Amino acid sequence: MAAIQLRLLSEEDVRRVLEEAYALLEEPGVRVYDQEALEMLEGAGAWVDGETRTAHIPAQMVDRALETVPRSFYLYDLQGRPAVHYGGGDVHFDPGSAAIYILDHGSIRSRKPVTADLVALLKLADVLKELDAVSTALVCADVPREVSDLYRLYLALRVTSKPIVTGAFAIETWETMYRLLVTVAGSEEALAAKPRAIFDVCPSPPLLWSEITCRNLVDCARHSVPAEFVSMPLAGATGPATLAGSVVQHAAECLSGIVIGQLANPGAPLVWGGSPAAFDMRTGTPPMGAIETMMIDMAYAQVGKYLGLPTHAYMGMSDAKVVDAQVGLESALGTLLAALGGINMVSGAGMLDFESCQSLEKLVIDHEIIAMVRRFLRGIDTSEPSLGLEIIRQVGHRGNFLVTQHTRRHFQKELYLPSPVIDRDFRQAWEDKGGLDVSARAHQRALELIAVHQPPALPDEVLAELEEITLQAGRPYGLEYLPAWYG
Amino acid sequence: MSKEELLTAMAESVIEGEMERAAELARRALEEGMDPLEAIEQGYARGIREVGERFARGEYFLPHLAMGAEAMKAAMAVLEPELARRQKERITLGRVVIGTVAGDIHEIGKTLVATMLSASGFAVTDLGVDVPTRRFVEAVREERPQILGLSALLTTTMLVQREVIAALREAGLRDQVKVMVGGAPVTQAWADEIGADGYAEDAIGAVRRARQLLGLA
Repeated sequence: MAAIQLRLLSEEDVRRVLEEAYALLEEPGVRVYDQEALEMLEGAGAWVDGETRTAHIPAQMVDRALETVPRSFYLYDLQGRPAVHYGGGDVHFDPGSAAIYILDHGSIRSRKPVTADLVALLKLADVLKELDAVSTALVCADVPREVSDLYRLYLALRVTSKPIVTGAFAIETWETMYRLLVTVAGSEEALAAKPRAIFDVCPSPPLLWSEITCRNLVDCARHSVPAEFVSMPLAGATGPATLAGSVVQHAAECLSGIVIGQLANPGAPLVWGGSPAAFDMRTGTPPMGAIETMMIDMAYAQVGKYLGLPTHAYMGMSDAKVVDAQVGLESALGTLLAALGGINMVSGAGMLDFESCQSLEKLVIDHEIIAMVRRFLRGIDTSEPSLGLEIIRQVGHRGNFLVTQHTRRHFQKELYLPSPVIDRDFRQAWEDKGGLDVSARAHQRALELIAVHQPPALPDEVLAELEEITLQAGRPYGLEYLPAWYG
Repeated sequence: MSKEELLTAMAESVIEGEMERAAELARRALEEGMDPLEAIEQGYARGIREVGERFARGEYFLPHLAMGAEAMKAAMAVLEPELARRQKERITLGRVVIGTVAGDIHEIGKTLVATMLSASGFAVTDLGVDVPTRRFVEAVREERPQILGLSALLTTTMLVQREVIAALREAGLRDQVKVMVGGAPVTQAWADEIGADGYAEDAIGAVRRARQLLGLA
């Protein structure tokens, strides 16, 4: 069996990307709006223009950071088992993060999500076994905006057992989110030894670190909480129109993040990630389902792999507004390509409408896509001494392979048997079952799976502390009590 | 092995799809003087019903169904001569003649249906594949089955199902037998169009439909 991988760039191309990215870090440099990070950069040898808050980072500083940044680390589930391996060619999937809308089944209008929506999505993601991690996928509108980031993490910790992909929207809330994680882990040391969550930190294109994201990055690094860069050049708008140019900008932003993170704490776990996009020149939208978006993703991941770093991408998403054929084609393309690129964490399942809207039905459909893609990644098994000769001879002309032990032994390994979300019925049977389309079938399955979910059994004192931390953070903004969420 | 254990082993040989084991257990049953009818009803048929239920629940797949059926057949081949010697007949739900129509050599689906019907208590005569239309007519005349099963896998050969029904009508036999049709391209609409009495999606459904047609459901 051949190893399955797809590369869009030659090694020479990758070297050129890095060369230009290094050069960008020197001139024009990166803008860093966090004073402490700027001082760290200056102290380590960068030339800093205090007026414009620009750090010009020499190549040696980048090389030094690349020496200490880990090539591999794990995220752990609630039970302390390693569940996600950031590193090598391992591929994992989680739901797309931080949607501000949810699409109800049967509706053509999305709406603002509330607690019950995120709980339902988390339960579903916890049950769907091809998802290796959950994410804080919805921003709930029934809690004050100022604590909506940490509230998502609070719910994820209560509802699920899987690792969590999350992120903070402010500097102060990061600290609260960290305390939530420590509460469940038991201690700061326990959390550092077995991180449960990873934080997305987003540089602002082009080549800029806002105070919030830079602070989040430094805080993560200091506490050995893994962080993944979500660098997002919009090709032709906030990044060069050429795909290669956007890959260069992405590399420069990630490299600058690695420098800052490693200065804060050498050895801090960081991920070469992103969410770049092509720019639709008719509508001015950032299409996540565009093939060029996926090409930039594939190429930047290849650059990260060349450096030996863990990788992440927002892929497997669609720009469609309802769960239709466009959803299927864009998500399938992105998921398959991400897997072929060997990207360690692929975030996007469930996501519609340019990373703004989650759909339980799409999440269920994407789960099938992921399962099929995983089957593809396993490749064709050629480990048997006889590929086919022996069994074909044994069965002979007009034979029936269905009644051989050979078939019974192999078929379940060879075939991925999808859930009823994927229609493989004869027409009559499909009609007899109501003639449902994929969206309706996915809706049924989502309801079934949510109904069987069991939340983890956290000790009472941990639950009480999670609630107290969350309420305490919310009280200044009018959060008097936590919304009811569990039947 | 006690009698109970032997019967359970028989059921398991079908559930596990072990043809040789099924036949061997049948031979042992005869050596020990077990009533072959009891071996079938309390042993193998119990196994095939379990296989059918697991299939319906989505735990078992076509290979399990087909191999369970084969194991049952292997056991029946051992038990039938003894059944005949004792001049005993299984008390059956009804007689079925089944075959794949002329021009079509596909066997798997037809054999599955035949075996599941047999396992469920029907007396089944399997005419095989590529069965000429007149052969179906003769079989209906001679064996007087309650049900005739016509299998076709191809859109071209499914047309022959209509021919067989027409030939039965011509021979004045159409009212004597319920005709069931099946095969990948066949639908309820096609069954209705050609005036068949029954159609089912799969072997498990075929048993259900056959029972309905005989008023046993």
